[in-house]
Formats: sequence, structure tokens, C-alpha cells
Amino acid sequence: MTSIITRRRLTFGAAAASTLPILGRSASAQAPLGVGFVYVGPIGDHGYTWTHDQGRLALEKEYGAKIKTSFIENVAEGPDAARAIRQLAQAGNQLIFTTSFGFMNPTIQVAKQFPKIKFEHATGYMRAENVATYDARFYEGRAVIGTIAGHMSKTGQAGYVASFPIPEVVMGINAFHLAARKVNPNFKTKVVWCSTWYDPAKEADAAKALIDQGADMITQHTDSAAPLQAAEQRGVFAFGQASDMKSFAPKAHLSAIVDDWSGYYIKRVKEVMDGNWKSGAVWGGIKDGFVKLAPYNDAVTPAARAAADEVTKGIVAGTLHPFTGELKDQKGEIRLKAGETASDEMLSKMDWYVDGIQA
Amino acid sequence: MTSAMLVSILMTLIAASTPLLLASLGELVAEKSGVLNLGVEGMMLCGAVAGFAVAFSTGSTGIGLIAAIIAGVAASMIFAVLALSLMANQVATGLALTIFGIGASSLIGAGFVGRTITRLQPVFPAMLSEHPLLRVIFGHDILVYLSFALVAAVGWFLRRTRPGLILRAVGENDASAHAIGYPVIAIRYAAVAFGGALAGLGGAYFSLALTPMWADRLTAGRGWIALALVVFSAWKPGRLLLGAYLFGAVMTLELQLKAAGVTWFAPEVLAMAPYLATIAVLTMMSLGRKTGRLDAPACLGKPFSAS
Repeated sequence: MTSIITRRRLTFGAAAASTLPILGRSASAQAPLGVGFVYVGPIGDHGYTWTHDQGRLALEKEYGAKIKTSFIENVAEGPDAARAIRQLAQAGNQLIFTTSFGFMNPTIQVAKQFPKIKFEHATGYMRAENVATYDARFYEGRAVIGTIAGHMSKTGQAGYVASFPIPEVVMGINAFHLAARKVNPNFKTKVVWCSTWYDPAKEADAAKALIDQGADMITQHTDSAAPLQAAEQRGVFAFGQASDMKSFAPKAHLSAIVDDWSGYYIKRVKEVMDGNWKSGAVWGGIKDGFVKLAPYNDAVTPAARAAADEVTKGIVAGTLHPFTGELKDQKGEIRLKAGETASDEMLSKMDWYVDGIQA
Repeated sequence: MTSAMLVSILMTLIAASTPLLLASLGELVAEKSGVLNLGVEGMMLCGAVAGFAVAFSTGSTGIGLIAAIIAGVAASMIFAVLALSLMANQVATGLALTIFGIGASSLIGAGFVGRTITRLQPVFPAMLSEHPLLRVIFGHDILVYLSFALVAAVGWFLRRTRPGLILRAVGENDASAHAIGYPVIAIRYAAVAFGGALAGLGGAYFSLALTPMWADRLTAGRGWIALALVVFSAWKPGRLLLGAYLFGAVMTLELQLKAAGVTWFAPEVLAMAPYLATIAVLTMMSLGRKTGRLDAPACLGKPFSAS
């Protein structure tokens, strides 16, 4: 069962919903478990929000009539989000996922008012008794596509269409570049900052500019498929972001880093059902099924394929960490000593680039 | 820099400038008739989604372009009925049209997310359009050439023809134009419809040529730049052409310089440049004359009632 709450209905619904918690409490044990989602974008973005909604749909498939999911999309980050989260709480949901970094403070604030309801906040760092956080190690996927890029690039140059220099993006650039450099020691990664998560025309122009400068591998940390289309048009290769984007660039699309939240959502709902849900912080990677790689294009050479699989296997087995010393930043300062691997804290605060990156 | 690279940069620049030129040229004509329609972004999105939906369904980008024109005109007519016939505040109605356009395009486009089509192809045969150097001139799609032709046509229409003179008269002094017997409201309807048609085409340039796909808010704010361009141009088509290419050049160069690793100045400065230029031009224009009315049509944004 699904109920879609639009923002317009939200205002009308808020007054009526204040009676709902009482109903919820008196309902029998057989009543479906309410699971709510707050999205930052439209579910039609074919990117980040879409992948979270796929997780919600997977929940419905898994539990059927035992749960009742609802979502609110296009919720602006900031104070207004509190209203949306509160609405879901008042509507009788017992577990609420808030899926964007900017929902952090509103989630904590609303969670205080509803101590019995469980909250899960994606990509944040503030937790409480009833607020857990979860995130994905996208950098592991970037290490895999970086390996493919290192093998497949003829010019030895990749173009990186990036959004903002925040740690999440910076660690992705470094992970991609380090993996490519392992294959080709002279590999160069050029970054163009778009200063936006989403502007298809600008993202495409950024990709074209990078191709003009000699990049024959395009990868991105922005939300639209436009850079892939530009790569397809110019006859170079590219990697998809957040979801499999092959349909946009059948020839250029070598693989994609695919976000998959469904496993985590299914697990956490089960825990609420069984009454053993606990707050905590989860940062899942390829091993945990949070990050997947889209099927390789036929153009991926056997050598690149084998090397990429090797990296994936190493990461899953825990024998390979994408950030392993010795690592120097661009100023020559040693950030990781030989054999040392980066701690999660180091990753989540990363603000430096390794040598060979032009950012 | 090699000549191939220069050609490539110019091609990107021309492609980036074309939708700005189309949308702002339409708005220029509407404003010349005295109507301020701030709904350009909304009309562009309507054109973009309609163009893509029809092109995807029929397999023909040509029919998609026609659909984009119809959608742009239809959206502009909502504005016209409210602002011209019912005399609603033009600024508020225009803003509402933009918000409506964002929502409506998202609704219509929901089923087309994740699809793609063959992009609008160059007009000239491959011999010319794929020539390493000549493609700067011959390698473009129909809308690029159309945008240039339209600038010339609009310039000629406004300055040299009688209907153009009447349109300007309506924008400069609606009461007098009405007294002489011209149908002020009907003329403004026509001007707004022309603005809607070109905004629709400008929007479709994104979904059919630049990034052949549909995704929410595909135009990402270009409609607002188009509005700024009209002011920048002082309501003159020739200067509008210059402005659109200046904006396009800055938008492309910013990315090119970053890709080339130029670090001796902040690219953000370049991103600000067109807006600084707009302010500078506006300042110069208002310094140049005592009236301080910046060449704007005198009745711009004012509702008109025949009674």
C-alpha cells in the first residue's frame, strides 16, 4: 500500500493528522507498520532520490500488507523539512527515513518530540536514542571504475564533472584517481566544478570542455545523465552516476556506480518489527550491497574487466582499501604512511587531493 | 591551442547561446508591446517537455519542435488571459506562470524520465557539417540558423514595418494607440504569443538538441538569464544577439578554463561577469540620459483597460 503525500496536501492534512497518533496507538498488533520517507528531489530524477524510492518499493515487495509506506518528495533542505517529517510522524509512521544531508537538524528536532518513533537519517552525523544514521561508501565503486578508466584510457586523462568540493566528492575524486594511477602511473584526472548538483546543459558543457582538453574518460559527481550524452556524442567513454544510465549512452557507458538502499531498508524494518531496532551509524559499501556496479559494457577489455573484478573482490574481502599509503597530497605532505589505510574519520573530513589531480 | 580545439569550443559556445537568444528575443517582442512576462522559465519548460514527449512518441524531432511551439504559446496564453484580459498584476502572474510551468512539466514528463532520443541533426550534409573547420559555420542544427534569421527579422519588423511601429506605439503609449483606433489588447496578445512560441523553442533546444532527454527543471534557470538579457540589450535585437553570445561565451569559457587548469583567477569571477556587465550597461545607459528610463517601453508592465 502506498500513500503519496504532496506538499499541497501536507498543509491541509496537518490539522486533521493531529488525531492520528491516538488511533495508531489503539490499533491492534496486526495493523501494518507505517514506514515514511522524506526525499529532497523528485522521484523522477533518475538519480539519487529515485534510488531511495527503489528501496521503498523493495520494502513493499518484501513485506506486502505487513507495512504501509508513504513518502513526501521535493522537500527543501532546512527548517521547512521539519514540517514534512512531523507530518509523517503524526500520520502514524513508526519508522521514518530522511534521505538528505540537509534534513539532519530537522530530523533530530522532530525526533525529540516523538521519542517512540524511530528515525533514520542518510549521510549525516548527528544521532540520538531514536535517530540512526546510514550512508554508502561510494568511493569503493569509484575505485572500481577508476581501475577500468586506467586500463581503457588512451590519452591517460580522465575528466571529472563535479559538483562542490565537499569531503564526499573529494574522496570520490581521490579514490577514482588513485585506482587509475595504480594502472597507469602517469594518469591525469582533470576536475571541472559545476557549482551545482543539477544543471544538465552545464554538466554537458563541462564534459565537452574536458574532452576538448584531451580526456577520453568522463566520470561525474553530479546528478544528470547529460555528461554521458556528451561523451556518447564525442565518441569517448563515460561512467554513470547513482543509477544505470546505459540507455542514455549505449556506446559510451562503460559501467555505473549504482546506489542500492533496499537491503538496508529491509533489514531495518525487520528490526522494528522484531522490536530490536537500535540507533547507530552504518556506512555500507560494496560488501554490504549499498554500492553496486552496473553491468560492464561489451567495450570493456578483458584485462580491464579482470582488474576491476580483482579490485571489487579485494574490497569485499577487506584485503584492499582504496586509500592505502603511502599517500602524499599535492603539497608533498605525507597523509598516509606506507601500508596505513585511511580511517573513516579521515575520509569524512577529506579536503586534499593526491598528486596528478587538477582540481 | 589547436584550431580543432578552437572550433570545438566555438561549437559549444554557439549551442549554449542559442536557447538564450531564442527565449530572450521572444520576450523582447512581448516587452516592446508593453507586457512584462516573467514566466519565460515556465514557458521554456513547457516547450521542453512537450517537444521531448512528442519527439519521443512520434520519432520525429521536427514534430517535436512544432509541439514545443504550441506548448509555449499555450502557456503564454494563460498569462495573457490573466494579465491582459483580467488585468492581474503582470509580475505576480509571470512568476506564477514559471512556478506552474515547473510543476506542469514535471507532471507531464514523469513518464519520460530515463528515455532518450536522437538529437536534432545538422542541416547541411556531412561533407560540410563534419568538416574539421567549416563545421563552425555549417555544422549546426536548424534552430541555430533560425535564431539568427529571427534576430534580423524582428529587427526589421520593429524598425522598418508599419505593424512593428504600431506594436512599439502600443508599448510606448497604450492610451494614444487606443485613441487612434488600434486594438491594444489584441496586439499585446499576439506579442505575448510570439514570446511564448520562442520560449517554447528555446526550451525544446535543451530537450531535443543540447541534452536529448527529459529531467525535471531541465532548463535550470536559463529563463531568468533570458529576462536579464532583454534589459541588457536595451530592447534592441542587435544588441540582444551580442548579449546572448556574451553570456554563452562566459558560461562556456568558465568551464573551458577550469578544464584547462587555469588557476590564476577564480572561475567564479567569470561566472559573475555577465551580471556585472548587465549592471555596468544599465549604469552607463542611465548616466547617458537624464530621464533614467533605460529605453524601456514606457507602458511596460502596466495593465491597460479600454474603458
